[in-house]
This record gives sequence, structure tokens and C-alpha cells, in this order.
Amino acid sequence: MVTYSILAMLGLGMAAAVLLAAASKVFAVKENPKIVAAMELLPGANCGGCGFAGCEGYATAVVTNPDVPANRCCASSSEAIVALAELVGKTVAEADPLVAMRRCDVYAGNVAQRYEYQGIPSCAAASLLRGGTNTCSHSCLGYGDCVRACPFDAMHIVGGLACVDIGSCTGCGTCVSACPRGVLELIPARARICVPCNSRDKAKVVTETCGTGCIKCGRCVRTCPAKALSVVDGRIEIDHKLCLSYGRDCREACVDACKRLILRRIDLLNQRVEPVPAAKPEQEKPEAPEAPAAVIQQAQEANKEQPHA
Amino acid sequence: MDILTIFVSAIFVNNILLSQFLGNCPYLGCSREKGVAVGMGAAVIFVTVVATLFTWLMQHYVLDPLKLGYLQTIVFIVVIAALVQFVEMFLKKMVPPLYRSLGIYLPLITTNCAVMGVALLMQRKGYDLVTSLLYAAGYSSGFLLALLLMAGIRERLDTCRLPKTMAGTPIALVMAGLMSLAFMAFKGMAQ
Repeated sequence: MVTYSILAMLGLGMAAAVLLAAASKVFAVKENPKIVAAMELLPGANCGGCGFAGCEGYATAVVTNPDVPANRCCASSSEAIVALAELVGKTVAEADPLVAMRRCDVYAGNVAQRYEYQGIPSCAAASLLRGGTNTCSHSCLGYGDCVRACPFDAMHIVGGLACVDIGSCTGCGTCVSACPRGVLELIPARARICVPCNSRDKAKVVTETCGTGCIKCGRCVRTCPAKALSVVDGRIEIDHKLCLSYGRDCREACVDACKRLILRRIDLLNQRVEPVPAAKPEQEKPEAPEAPAAVIQQAQEANKEQPHA
Repeated sequence: MDILTIFVSAIFVNNILLSQFLGNCPYLGCSREKGVAVGMGAAVIFVTVVATLFTWLMQHYVLDPLKLGYLQTIVFIVVIAALVQFVEMFLKKMVPPLYRSLGIYLPLITTNCAVMGVALLMQRKGYDLVTSLLYAAGYSSGFLLALLLMAGIRERLDTCRLPKTMAGTPIALVMAGLMSLAFMAFKGMAQ
């Protein structure tokens, strides 16, 4: 009986093996071997940072479409990108790695709460209710929509603020689109300066709500020797290319020029700054008297565009 | 037994997941999103029916005449595993849209105990081929229903404030137990 059963199982196994072997020949689908190889070089996180639907989508595109560059994957190491470029026969310019940065420090600014929020613990839900829990309508709410969106575990809520783990961040930008307040932005990993303020409010509103909010005084804009800073829509924007190409000679003059801790050196991005209480509006002068007319005009125009919070 | 009784019995009274506790790994693993749950459920329906057809034929035309009934379990494993692999290859070549929607789930259920359980149950109950296939469709539809309900609950749980110790799998297990209790209420409506 044992022999009989062994023979029967052997026969069945052989039949199944022959069937599958035959089927793999008959039903073989020709896949482009380059796409398979490209898939293996990509990280497989399917973060969508390249702009395609997952790693398979990008692998197909980079192999079949000559216009798609090989350095679109921000999660790959530079060696993997070079290997991918060699595989598809494209030259690759060294991609400048990006990291996410939080444009807000409600902790340092000592921003007050409008109300006690007890709803769904997500920023998207909280920001719908009277512009969010914080008195500043442009601030980080700290309910962690970015943390849940991040495919690389690089975002964490530390003390009610979204903090970027620069080591793990690949600059895919998933968190940037997840944030309902536009608090996060991508900056080059080599950047020297960051701006932890997202407020587009007028100087008067800012001084009343936040101890370290940008009041658009324009001092940093005037100080920068590389002309890399500007006030756009009420926010300070840094042209990191200009800033980096000027080099370290300025010794981050803009940081020292700012009295309200708005500009910070990049290594202080996640560092705790002691809270500064929001000042009374009369104590602050939004524009310094010696400001060039153009800068004041620029700042004022930016302020006009913004409705009251 | 008419078709309606078969389906009520298979979907509600003897739900494969919630009354017979077969196939619990995909129940917890693939019930995070409704889309995934539907894909998985559809793949299970497809594979269960095809597997039941082939195992029924195997039992009645190979095992019984050769008096090899004691090899039933191991033979069914080989038949189902080979069949799923074959179906995957077949779909990839012949029906690419279906492969794209079911493809990633097919290897997952190659050795799923719900598929295997239905195939064995049909032999134990001694149904004829048509009844077996109807039961297979009913049982796997019950699987889809339970998976979809669970996915709906878990999607809502995601927006709830849960104690850290309960978030994720623990609360899913509690929900599975409660759903099973609810389905016990169907007991006695049909065999």
C-alpha cells in the first residue's frame, strides 16, 4: 500500500509539473527584461515621488520613453540611479537630493489655541474648523497627516510639531501634498538656511499671534549679499541655488539680521527654541525706517493680497 | 435543496470565516481597504469554484476508482496549488485585464485554508457536482461579504482615537470576534 500511494503521489506530482512546465512555455508572456531589471534597481516603496503610479510605472516609463530621465527616483541611492541610467542608456546629471522642511515653529512662537479640538485626530479635519486649532491659520497643527503619509518613516510628531528625520527623508514630497496647511516644503538637502514660518498674515496679525512669526520687515532681504531672499505672497522665499552658489562668505548674515528667529541655520531645523510670547502689536515696528522703498512696497503688496485671518 | 437555501446557508449560516473560522489570515491581512478586500474576495470566489470543480472530478474519477481516498488531503493540496499556478499563467496570457486586477492575490491564496476547506467539505458532505459548485460559490461569496464588512469597519476605525495598545491588529481581532457573534444569530435558519 505504501508503494502504491508513493507511486500515485509521484505520478500526480509529475503530471502537475509537466502541466505547469508546458503552460509556462505555451502561456509565456514576453516581458521586457529591461523593465524587470529596472524594477529590481528601484526601491519598491511605490511612494509616487517620481510622478508615476508606483515603481512599476516608472520602470516601464524610463525604459520605453526616451524623454523620461533616469534620476527621477528620489528614494534610490545615487549608485542605484547611476546603475539605472546605465541600464537604460541615459546620461544622468547628479540629482540634488531634497528634504522636506516644516515652515513653522508654533512651539517657539508660543501660539495660543483658539479652542479645544476633540474631533477626528487629523490635520485635514482640524483645519476645516475655523482655520484650525491654532490662532495662526498657517501653522502646523501636529495631528500627523504627514506622519501617516510618509512611506519612509521619516516624519514624526515631536512635542506637537511635525519633525523631519533628515537621515530617512528621501524628498519624495508625499508629506508636502498631505499637509492641508502648506506648512511643508522641499528644500535641497545642502541648503544652509531654513524659514520656519509659513504665515501670510499681515505683520499686525502675526505679532499678536506668534512670538517668532515673520513680520515681513524685509531686513533679511536687504542683508543677503546674494539677493537670494524675497518676500513672495507674504512669505520669505529663499532661492537656494543663489544662496548655495554664493557660498559661506556671508556667514549667514540673514540669520543674524532677523530679530525674530525666523531664519535659522539648517542644523537647527529640529532644535527646540525657547518660547517667545506673542508681543503686543505696538511694540513691534513692521518696517525699519531705513528700508529701501522697493522692499517696503514689495512687502506691503504681499500683505495686501492676504485676507484677514 | 433549492439554490436560495444553498446560498443563504453558505453565505450567512455557515459563513466560512465567521462560523467555520477558515481563511482567517487574508481576513486580517487584506481587510484594511475596501478595494483590496473586493479584489481578494473576487480572487477567492474564482479560485474556490475552479478548485472545487477539479477536486470533485479528481475525487470521483481518480481517487475513488483507485481506492486512494486516504490520500485525499495531500492530493487536493497538490491539485489546488498546481491549478492556481496554471490559472495565473493562463490569465496573464489570455485575459490580461483580469490578471491585473486579480493577479497579485492569486499566489496569496494558493494554499489558503478556505479554498482547501470548501473542497474537502464538499467531499465529506457527498454533494453532486452542481450542488458542490453552488456551495463553493456561496461559501466564497460569504468570504467576500465578511471581508468587505471588516474592511468597512477598519476604514472607520482608522479615524477613531484608540488606545495605543489596541490600535491595529488587536482591535481587528476584537471586531472579528464581535462579527462572528453577530453571524451566530443566523444559526438555525438553514442547515
